[in-house]
Amino acid sequence: MSLRGLETTFLGRVGYEEGLRLQEARVSAVQAGSAPDALYLLEHDPVLTLGRSAHRENIVASSSDLSRLGIQVFECGRGGDVTYHGPGQLVGYPILNLSPDRKDVWKYVRGLEEALILSLADYGIHAARFERLTGVWVGQEKIAAIGVRVSRWVTSHGFALNVTTNLDHFRTIVPCGIRSYGVTNMARSLNAPPTLEEMGSTVARHLGDVFERELVWVDERELAERSA
Amino acid sequence: MSKDVIMPQMGESLAEGTITKWLKKVGDKIERDEPLFEISTDKVDAEIPAPASGTLSEIVAGEGETVPVNAVVARIAGEGEAPAAVAKTEAPKAEAPVRTEAPAKPRAAAKPEPRPAATAIREPEAPRPAAPRGDGQTKLEKPYGQYPVDELRRVRSSPVVRKIAAEHGVDIAEVQGHGISGRVTKRDIIDYIETAPSPAPKTAPATAPPPFIPAGAPMPAGGLFIPDLRIPPYVEGEPVELEPMTIMRKKIAEHMVYSMSVSAHVTSFFDVDFEAVARQRESMKRDLAEKGIKLTFMPFVVRAVVEGLKKYPYLNAAVMGDKIVFKKEINVGIAVALEDGKGLIVPVIRNADEKNLQGLARSINDLGERARTKKLMPDDVLRGTFSITNPGVFGGLMGTPIINQPQVAILGVGAIEKRPVVVNDAIAIRHRAYLSLSYDHRLVDGAMAEMFMASVKQFIEAGNVQ
Repeated sequence: MSLRGLETTFLGRVGYEEGLRLQEARVSAVQAGSAPDALYLLEHDPVLTLGRSAHRENIVASSSDLSRLGIQVFECGRGGDVTYHGPGQLVGYPILNLSPDRKDVWKYVRGLEEALILSLADYGIHAARFERLTGVWVGQEKIAAIGVRVSRWVTSHGFALNVTTNLDHFRTIVPCGIRSYGVTNMARSLNAPPTLEEMGSTVARHLGDVFERELVWVDERELAERSA
Repeated sequence: MSKDVIMPQMGESLAEGTITKWLKKVGDKIERDEPLFEISTDKVDAEIPAPASGTLSEIVAGEGETVPVNAVVARIAGEGEAPAAVAKTEAPKAEAPVRTEAPAKPRAAAKPEPRPAATAIREPEAPRPAAPRGDGQTKLEKPYGQYPVDELRRVRSSPVVRKIAAEHGVDIAEVQGHGISGRVTKRDIIDYIETAPSPAPKTAPATAPPPFIPAGAPMPAGGLFIPDLRIPPYVEGEPVELEPMTIMRKKIAEHMVYSMSVSAHVTSFFDVDFEAVARQRESMKRDLAEKGIKLTFMPFVVRAVVEGLKKYPYLNAAVMGDKIVFKKEINVGIAVALEDGKGLIVPVIRNADEKNLQGLARSINDLGERARTKKLMPDDVLRGTFSITNPGVFGGLMGTPIINQPQVAILGVGAIEKRPVVVNDAIAIRHRAYLSLSYDHRLVDGAMAEMFMASVKQFIEAGNVQ
């Protein structure tokens, strides 16, 4: 039996809004059955994204601090709290149709965690799940965040893995005092962290294994031409 | 005919979902498969399409409400049908199986409430006070209508639930199920056992109670912080008041239970003479006060600890599987109680080995003050490699502190007070204190812990701390 294909593209630096547009277009196409599943790998310009249930007070930095650091604030339609994205962070947006055999969002999220844990293990980083806290952790520090949207069983959003992310930027959003879990990146554990592209291909390979998809690498230009 | 809109099953292990947004209003025309509402479950947001075309006649579960899978969340009136007429035939809204996010009351608290009068539920034989939620349940059994509910519950419970039931001698048929088709979920059985009036009558096998979870055992599913299933926190009729834990309280609770289960705790005690240090402190106190620095005994202890950690790096390490992680930095955390006595926080002096006595005093003042006034930055509490706690603040002689994970040792400083001791065969009055060291025997053996403590003691007793 042949595996379902997963068109995988490394897009480099992409603005947050542009990333949203790319995802929306692909979600519609996958829902309509006119395109196969896709995996977009990229990094964003520094941005704080606020989910619908997020509170502004979770941003502790002043707006002048944010502009000094070049961080934009973006309100988006997803649920959840405040998230930071920025350079050095591998963002993955799997647009997967979970129908008919994987209709379980809880398992889907655990699958994303699995692929990230396996990817980090390839670099000798011992990462794990933390009971009840979605994401991937190294000790008590979060190395990858996960947030997913599902629409008619087609997924969007995904994961954000800190490879060489500037961890100081996370200080702009954490509530003071009571926070006992930190954030980390791969660079803290490695003398020579991989490039985003290299890490992207490692994660893509493991995602393919976990979700039983055959990776089909698609060049960014090819993707642009097709959607034009 | 009206069509019920139900909370969909988004995954086998998900028993409920929270409605985050209604995309349509009551009275709106909707097409089948058009996005109708959005739900959220553990980091996943999903858009749910309308199951039929028509007019949205009633929203049963509003935004922010958490409802079990298969519960009715709205109703759609067929084409041309008057929405009002539809709503009238249905049960009053209040009886819908809606749970909100509000802190869950133990079922027992709800016991005295009379059951809603006209419910169509099939009651189990023995009246169970445990679960007056979920009165819309008759609908759920539709697909299995030919089976009696009790049988369904027996048949349609998971192995885990059956195992728990067997361990506690509970007949599953007596438990009100809230899963799919009235199936008894793990949570149902746990709620049932927790709220059952103490020793369950027919149960209690003559054998011993189920064993306690030994330290170091794999964490049970459902989190580090599990409710105690065996001993209910209070009995029916006992006057109590319930208060939800703060986030800090929960995190401390999890952290402590986690530490006790992961590390092999051992505590050693040393009696340490602080006379030299007390004198030095007296002589420096005023000068430093003029610089705005309050000099306590803590900076002296930190200096002694730093010297000890340099000699015995095993105490400045962590355990990762079968590897030892030696920390290159010496970052010393100091536990600070919050002013209201509710909660504590452990701010960290980064690179404590690079600071002299005065620098440490300044850092300790600053961190302590910001901890109490809740002005710490996240970095201030991260990457500690060793911790110190102060059970002597209110006169406690000594403590057996719990290790602050992922560290492997923590020093407790008892009250420093004048005591009669034997010095050169004479009885003298000296400042003394008991220091205790809890260490993780996975990594640190008794001999090494003792050598470290001897080093700390020697450093403090020598005085003239720089």
